[in-house]
Amino acid sequence: MASKFTRSNGTGWLMAGPAAFLIFCFVILPFIAAIGLSFTNQRLVSPNPTEFTGLANYSQLLGMGMLHLDPVKDDAGNLVLDDAGQPKLPELRSFTRHNKDYPGIDGMRELFSFASGEGRTYVLARDVVFMKAILNTFIFVIVVAPLQGGLALCLALLINQRLRGINVFRAIYFMPVVVSIVVVSLLWRFIYDGQSGLLNNLLGALSFGTLPRIDWLGNASTALGAIIAMSVWQAVGFHMVIWLSGLQTISPTLYEAAAIEGASKWQTFRYITWPGLRNTAVLVLVVITMQAFGLFSQIDVMTKGGPLDSTQTIVFQAIQRGYGKQDISGGSAISVILFVIVLSVSLIQRWLTREKV
Amino acid sequence: MAAITLKGLKKSYGTAHVIKGVDIDIDDGEFVVFVGPSGCGKSTLLRMIAGLEDITSGELTISGRVVNDLPPKDRGVAMVFQSYAIFPHMTVRENVAFGLTIAGASKAEKEEKVGEAARILQMEHLLDRRPSQLSGGQRQRVAIGRAIVRKPQVFLFDEPLSNLDAALRMDMRLEIGKLHQQLGATMIYVTHDQVEAMTLADKIVVLKDGLVQQIGSPMELYHNPANLFVAGFLGSPSMNFLDVDVKGVNGQKILVSNAALDPVEITAKTTGYTVGGKAKLGVRPQYLTPVESGGMLHGSVALTERLGAETVVELTMKDGNRLIAALARDAVFPIGAELGLTFDPAQTHIFAL
Repeated sequence: MASKFTRSNGTGWLMAGPAAFLIFCFVILPFIAAIGLSFTNQRLVSPNPTEFTGLANYSQLLGMGMLHLDPVKDDAGNLVLDDAGQPKLPELRSFTRHNKDYPGIDGMRELFSFASGEGRTYVLARDVVFMKAILNTFIFVIVVAPLQGGLALCLALLINQRLRGINVFRAIYFMPVVVSIVVVSLLWRFIYDGQSGLLNNLLGALSFGTLPRIDWLGNASTALGAIIAMSVWQAVGFHMVIWLSGLQTISPTLYEAAAIEGASKWQTFRYITWPGLRNTAVLVLVVITMQAFGLFSQIDVMTKGGPLDSTQTIVFQAIQRGYGKQDISGGSAISVILFVIVLSVSLIQRWLTREKV
Repeated sequence: MAAITLKGLKKSYGTAHVIKGVDIDIDDGEFVVFVGPSGCGKSTLLRMIAGLEDITSGELTISGRVVNDLPPKDRGVAMVFQSYAIFPHMTVRENVAFGLTIAGASKAEKEEKVGEAARILQMEHLLDRRPSQLSGGQRQRVAIGRAIVRKPQVFLFDEPLSNLDAALRMDMRLEIGKLHQQLGATMIYVTHDQVEAMTLADKIVVLKDGLVQQIGSPMELYHNPANLFVAGFLGSPSMNFLDVDVKGVNGQKILVSNAALDPVEITAKTTGYTVGGKAKLGVRPQYLTPVESGGMLHGSVALTERLGAETVVELTMKDGNRLIAALARDAVFPIGAELGLTFDPAQTHIFAL
């Protein structure tokens, strides 16, 4: 006999219908459209018809090359020295700009270079800004994931106690999560202000004025770090709550058994708490990683990718291209690249944290 | 040696007094069972001994050392929990070796001691399994293994068999008894099951509402219960209590009767009976014998339960009260039939009200 569950399937679909329809319209359809558009030259507004361009967008974004340059020698075969007394290298531009002998690297720019042999080897990229965006995003993820996860776990362990007023602390740590990241970013712009920012004033007061004032967001070497610190602070409460729920699934009797067996605080954490949090840890790690790859609002409000592209990120680039430069196809290609990156990172994480039997 | 003394032990949560002053002396190597109904404080008392609950006042000594404020690990006790409390992410071997791992024992030492514990508990074949692959009885074995591997002087059992089915419970009960003989350690065992208490204990402590009702050997408690509660708590089916009128007092000899009971003279252990007063007469169902005619108690059969070797008869007495008789043979009593019962006055207990 068919169970009520299978017989009522129609009702079930009807109930899931509105949500499924909306998800299809606003998530699945745009996603498929993005993949499609990434193979065209579609612009946001353009009088020209859309053309299929194959992988042109991807090769434009990801195109890389390498070039080794030997020092310039005079007719006698001696090294030509530049003004600083160093061996002179030929101009890079002469190879990457309309040089018929090097069609593969035409239009590329230097990403970085290193000395090799007598000359230098240049790593070139067709889209240096996008490469920087990928690098910055990865730095952000690699720093934020362990930092935010670890800090959230510490907070969760601290507030997972029966103490008077513990809920006040829980509320305080959770508060930034409730505030919009845009508002938080605006507020932290004041904190990071180079002249009269709270952070500079605080550091100045603590060091009796010996520390120089730093324009945290205006300095290429501190901007990304400043955004990382703020982002960790903002979302740490959310992950604290997830850790907390994980902590509370661990039976108190296990802790009692460990106490009787003579486990120290650290041993209790190492043998009871941490293994008990295994699934929570995987969840927190994957969620933080995915969120971190989507870094955008902070950048948009605080630095717009600057200074000197030091805070460019993948999503910021996608938006800037798609809407700022009206290059919808380029923006779509970036989204697809981000999707592939996030998917593979998540799969690798799942594989690394799999249950080992 | 691991003798334990509890002196005026009290425990309160705010204004709720859970343990209201308990004095118990436990000798080295003794098997003591704390028994009582739910909420009597027996588990709390055990947890106070283990160090899992603070002691509000009083003094607890283990091996002559006051341990009131020592953490559990410094008391030299091992504990087996009702929910087993074995670590789900460790194999049986790692679970049993846990105490040794914590203490930083060498691999060889762990291997040897775990092997020994596994041999005693006959679970060598389980060592590489995970707790999720074990049955309830096997899990409890692992929990016991974890307790014995460190060779503590004192074992604490908190209702260890409550989560097992009846047949398994009996097996494990026998094994725990054997374990006690083998190890010779002091054991304190908490249960609400009087059969476990009667069969395992050297000494039973009956608790009710945070107070000790009686302490003694199982047979002492069974044959000489100190009060109505102990008398009713031990024995199955539980003791019948008849409301009787005191008709005469002659020293220790009390003459009692009621509507269903012919006058009978009982030897009391206490005083305080007055003619015309009320008393409770306790008769164990096993000591009631049906007779063809006459008898001292009269009623009609309301229900019979035939268990083969035993027949339990429930009677409605002439005064409307209920009475249970347990006969050590198979017998048929038609429902509604009049039945006369007799008993040996020396096997009864009288309690003044």
